[in-house]
Amino acid sequence: MAHHELTTPVTEARVRALRVDDTVTLQGTLFGIRDATQIALFDRGRKTRFDLAGHAVIHTAPNVRRVAPSAEHPTGYAPVCVGTTTSSRMERFTRSLLAQCGVRLIIGKGGLGGASLAAFGELGGAYLAVIGGTAALETTWVEAIEDVDLDDLNPESLWRFRVRDFGPLRVAMDSHGGSVYAAVDAGARGKRAAALAALGVKVR
Amino acid sequence: MHIDPKVIETAAKELYIRALKILPDDVKQGFDALAARETSATAKEVLGTMIRNIAVAEETDNLLCQDTGIPIYNVTIGRGVEFGANDGVALKAAIRRGCERATREHPLRSSIVHPLTRHNAHTSCGIGVPVIHIDVADDVEGLKIEMIPKGSGSENNSWLKMAVPAEGTDAVKTFVVDCVLDAGGRTCPPTIVGVGVGGTADLCVHLAKRAAIRPLGTCCADPEGARLESELSAAVNLLGVGPQGLGGDATAFAVHVELAATHITMNPVAVNMQCHSARRASATITPEGVRYGF
Repeated sequence: MAHHELTTPVTEARVRALRVDDTVTLQGTLFGIRDATQIALFDRGRKTRFDLAGHAVIHTAPNVRRVAPSAEHPTGYAPVCVGTTTSSRMERFTRSLLAQCGVRLIIGKGGLGGASLAAFGELGGAYLAVIGGTAALETTWVEAIEDVDLDDLNPESLWRFRVRDFGPLRVAMDSHGGSVYAAVDAGARGKRAAALAALGVKVR
Repeated sequence: MHIDPKVIETAAKELYIRALKILPDDVKQGFDALAARETSATAKEVLGTMIRNIAVAEETDNLLCQDTGIPIYNVTIGRGVEFGANDGVALKAAIRRGCERATREHPLRSSIVHPLTRHNAHTSCGIGVPVIHIDVADDVEGLKIEMIPKGSGSENNSWLKMAVPAEGTDAVKTFVVDCVLDAGGRTCPPTIVGVGVGGTADLCVHLAKRAAIRPLGTCCADPEGARLESELSAAVNLLGVGPQGLGGDATAFAVHVELAATHITMNPVAVNMQCHSARRASATITPEGVRYGF
């Protein structure tokens, strides 16, 4: 249960050092990505001018406010509320994110499945759990929206945030086959019979 | 009292913003109760972060969650309200304008798109959205509007099973347990598990939604329904899914059940979940003015 302070971009070795139940605090750049962003990149062949190699992405579509561009808000967007969304909808994009874009860390809530876990093992990646529904708190970890690409997809644009002390996040899936979600799911299904017995359900 | 569309419009706007920022007291108390009896260290930490977020949202006047949800307005026409032939149309239009204004003026993320083209008009409105239900009641004074910004993480975990009478109540119980297992951490647990039993297919799903948005601490009006929800509340918290699906005791604040009579050949059951950010706000409009609450 080690704690890791990571400044992005990170090396494969740093990511492979992460183990389930470790904690991570991120510094530097964090990219925001969502369903429509990944449909555009991986199904429709659109390109981004951002280099995601070694970086962390968070499954998000933030609330933003349009402001006059300034040093503080270079894109003309100020963050209002930045949180996360359910990752499992985007399961089929994990391998492409790692293989084609070189992404090392995926941040989200609710976890990813077996194909993502395999990709983390083969390509060197990890999934970091942030607490869903706690966006007011997470917004205080976001310093600025530094840049944005594919903004016709707004709010599902490809966002580049600058973050400070983003976390602690929990390593919930690692590159060694560890998944908190798979373990909790197996445990819960193991208790199904007891729950049904408590309800007096007769198994026919 | 006659309905003034301007008052409705402002209330509809304020309600959307208030609902996104301030959790109802019953949900805050629900968190305290879960945290007090949680035995997993991880889950205690996760619940602690959620409780801290509620305070941060109020201190910074920010949204609790980034998901602005699908806007739902439940309108109850109570005593003393004159409701003429054209008032329903004006009421719906005023609510829609208020919803749009909240989105543009706060601003809020518009989470609403055309279902086929996926075009986002950046108004939080679209075909049939905001969802507006209009009902009547004689135990409400004036006009009551309840606003629910229904988060997609929990809404995506909705199910209907047209069970048959031979499967009995056991089918209902088994279905609820299996839905909680299948949802895992994707619904942002701890959740309020809404269960509809009976009715037609569409009524059953609607009942599940009514159950999911019912305040914590309230019971099903039917004694058999109340007993079922109490048994189910205990059972789903034996599973160990825990907050965020990371393991722990606190899988659900409660299971709520709503019932309707059904056909002799039918035994429908539906599940609709509400995430831990169980947001709702209400406004009661009387000749004295607008009173906001939950």
